[in-house]
Amino acid sequence: MPLKLVPDNTNIGFVRVRFIAFALTVLLTLGSIGLLATKGLNLGVDFVGGLTMEVEFAQPPALDKLRVKVDSLGVGTSALQEFGSPRNILIRLPLPEGDQAAVQKVVAKVQSGLKADYGAVKFRRTESVSGKVSGELIEKGILAVVLSMAAVAVFTWFRFEWFFGVSTVVALVHDVIVTLGFFALTQLEFDLNVVAAILTIIGYSLNDKVVIDDRIRENLRKYRTMDIGPIIDLSVNETLPRTVMTSVTVLAALMAMLLLGPDVIFGFTAAMVLGIIVGTYSSIFVSAALLISLGVKSRAAPVVEQNAERVVRRKA
Amino acid sequence: MLDFPQWKVWSIIGTIVLGLLFAMPNFLTERQAASLPSFLPNHQISLGLDLRGGSHLMLEASTDDVRKTKLESLEETVRSELRQADGGAIAYTDISTAGGKLSLIITDTTRLDAAVETLRKVTRPLSGLSGARDVEVNVVDGNRIVLTETDEGVAQSIDNAMAQAVEVIRKRIDELGTREPTIVRQGANRIVVQVPGLQDPSALKALLGKTAKLEFKLVDVTADPAEVAQGRTPPGSQILPLLEGGAIAVKRRAIISGDQLIDSQVSQDQNGAPAVSFRFDSTGGRRFAQATQENVGKPFAIVLDGKVISAPNINEPILGGSGIIQGSYTVQSANELAILLRSGKLPVELKVVEERTVGPDLGADSIRAGAIAAAVAVLAVSLLMIASYGRFGVYAVIALVINVLLILGVMSVGGFTLTLPGIAGLVLTIGAAVDANVLINERIREEQRKGRGVIASVEVGFRDATRTIWDANSLNIIVAIIMFIFGSGPIKGFAVVLSIGIATSVFTAVTVVRLIVARWLARARPAALSI
Repeated sequence: MPLKLVPDNTNIGFVRVRFIAFALTVLLTLGSIGLLATKGLNLGVDFVGGLTMEVEFAQPPALDKLRVKVDSLGVGTSALQEFGSPRNILIRLPLPEGDQAAVQKVVAKVQSGLKADYGAVKFRRTESVSGKVSGELIEKGILAVVLSMAAVAVFTWFRFEWFFGVSTVVALVHDVIVTLGFFALTQLEFDLNVVAAILTIIGYSLNDKVVIDDRIRENLRKYRTMDIGPIIDLSVNETLPRTVMTSVTVLAALMAMLLLGPDVIFGFTAAMVLGIIVGTYSSIFVSAALLISLGVKSRAAPVVEQNAERVVRRKA
Repeated sequence: MLDFPQWKVWSIIGTIVLGLLFAMPNFLTERQAASLPSFLPNHQISLGLDLRGGSHLMLEASTDDVRKTKLESLEETVRSELRQADGGAIAYTDISTAGGKLSLIITDTTRLDAAVETLRKVTRPLSGLSGARDVEVNVVDGNRIVLTETDEGVAQSIDNAMAQAVEVIRKRIDELGTREPTIVRQGANRIVVQVPGLQDPSALKALLGKTAKLEFKLVDVTADPAEVAQGRTPPGSQILPLLEGGAIAVKRRAIISGDQLIDSQVSQDQNGAPAVSFRFDSTGGRRFAQATQENVGKPFAIVLDGKVISAPNINEPILGGSGIIQGSYTVQSANELAILLRSGKLPVELKVVEERTVGPDLGADSIRAGAIAAAVAVLAVSLLMIASYGRFGVYAVIALVINVLLILGVMSVGGFTLTLPGIAGLVLTIGAAVDANVLINERIREEQRKGRGVIASVEVGFRDATRTIWDANSLNIIVAIIMFIFGSGPIKGFAVVLSIGIATSVFTAVTVVRLIVARWLARARPAALSI
């Protein structure tokens, strides 16, 4: 007997609960925006500039003592963070005024200062990003996210219909904002890698939505007399086993990465795990049901007629 | 849908075999891979700095600096051209540079046209067909000549300076003896330097941060030391700081510059202390000989990057075109200076605007953790697929393993770099690639429930799912390409793996699985599907 995560022939009324789902979605989105506004993102050196050093100690150091030590070196206010294990500490420092020689001095000061007090320490990595470069990285990151959204909208519009484009992009914006909210809530470091994760979430979440949209379009053609509500329910139910199964396999792979993979990309993997969950939710409950609210009708809207109608309306 | 002509079967098998061959060297040690017979592929995937350890530096040239240097040399040229103008020197006053412009007043207005004519000859045409020149010469207010650098002219000098800088950097890094450095220009005024295996980039940065502009200038012996101390510059001279402190007045014009230097080595002075020897090319040697001959008994200054290293007396003419620089050097600092002088001066000062250094331990840890995570991911996904779809799940797992190997193969043969986010991309692909199989299998289940026969269910399942798979994957490719174009560093590495993974997964999950299924159906002729 094969494993079935979703039983055969489900008939869940997703459309009926859409207002609850919409309310939850709006709540999640607003909550995330609120968190972003109040707590903000813990931006990494990639985006605010500065200096990071990952240091491995022989014994787990006392963080407050270490902080006092680093601050006493006269290199600015430090922020310390455990990284992966209690022996590995991430030290964040502001970028010193002046040129690279100044950065080099700070690095040397910290290295010799820590070696003096803690003996055998290993400097696993050092990163310094100037304010100018970090500004550009922010710009490029935002541009990449916005452009991929736009590309998605255009593609779904041409491949399907404009309302599919709208519902998909609305759901994607929700996915991205909630993921950002998660980073504001947990204060996990938000760096370049996380931007890659967000782009991946967009791509993946899209996958889900395209599969459902594909089925809705197919069923719209097949059952010309059925109302749009039942068609959406039917399509979401028919694709539900696939939606759940794929989310589970992707999550299984990502969990392996999250728990066993390198610490450096923990935030990156965490973002994707959350994004997959949120994306699956929005695919099932939000984007398809949104089509009704966009005024899609079944009989009145076979694909060709819808196109014709749009052309006429534009001319008028 | 389930018919496979013979050529198609063989091309599918051929593709897989080829992919596996290219992937294979990655499972051998470096030594083993190198000792493979030459007809077998032996390229391993090149690892990013975050995995193998090393330093990544982004250097930026200040465009204002280039502009300023260019304007300064323009001023020198203007002065000497007017002095040597046809029909005698042209007198001028009030020469000044500001805001990218050089302006001067011609005292004798009857020579104004001659002056403009002379200065026009200084300007150079830009490459391209526009006919524009690097500097515009205009007359304003009757007797004032203004030379303005055009934007194109500045852009071209930046371009030249950067191209030259890359060469100088390459020489300097090669001198350090590091392996396989990557030095590439980025944008208009940046250079990215990546040196794998380098743990402490401070030596590298010390070498890159110095312009190493060497000049020999005569000391202005007429200058009053008291005036110099107060910073008042005698005409035709300039005040430069001395390395050991204080300042000295030297003639503005260099008798010779480091451009004519052909060699520089660590050597010893007469007391056995470390010093740096240098040798000029023949023209440089002649000029140096002439200048020292004319100035025996007078001191000259050795100026490096605007600082006077030493100002020895010319005891006798230096005719051989070589000499040594004395100073308080250690063997190491003398060697550094020798390298800098050998590699020539940087045409523009470079600042490090981004640095990422990863220790080799961290890289090795990341590879190990990544490999474990990937293996566990394959295992978990395989169990899920086999538990859910039985025989069809096994097929999907076969496709998945082939897919991972194909990704490695494509990356090896295509020379792509695997980065840490790339490993994450690989693991994500492991989870997502089976989506195509899930789509197909769920379709087949649906068709079965509708009461279709075995062959028909499989046919329809593959046909309908394939359309959806194409839709979804073309969108994913679009996002991955955008990521590749706009992403920097780590994002690019991730996008590469993702794009390759999408392409190979469509091949393995759809085409390869369909072939296996078709063979099985033809052979076993099952009456019912357990899916």
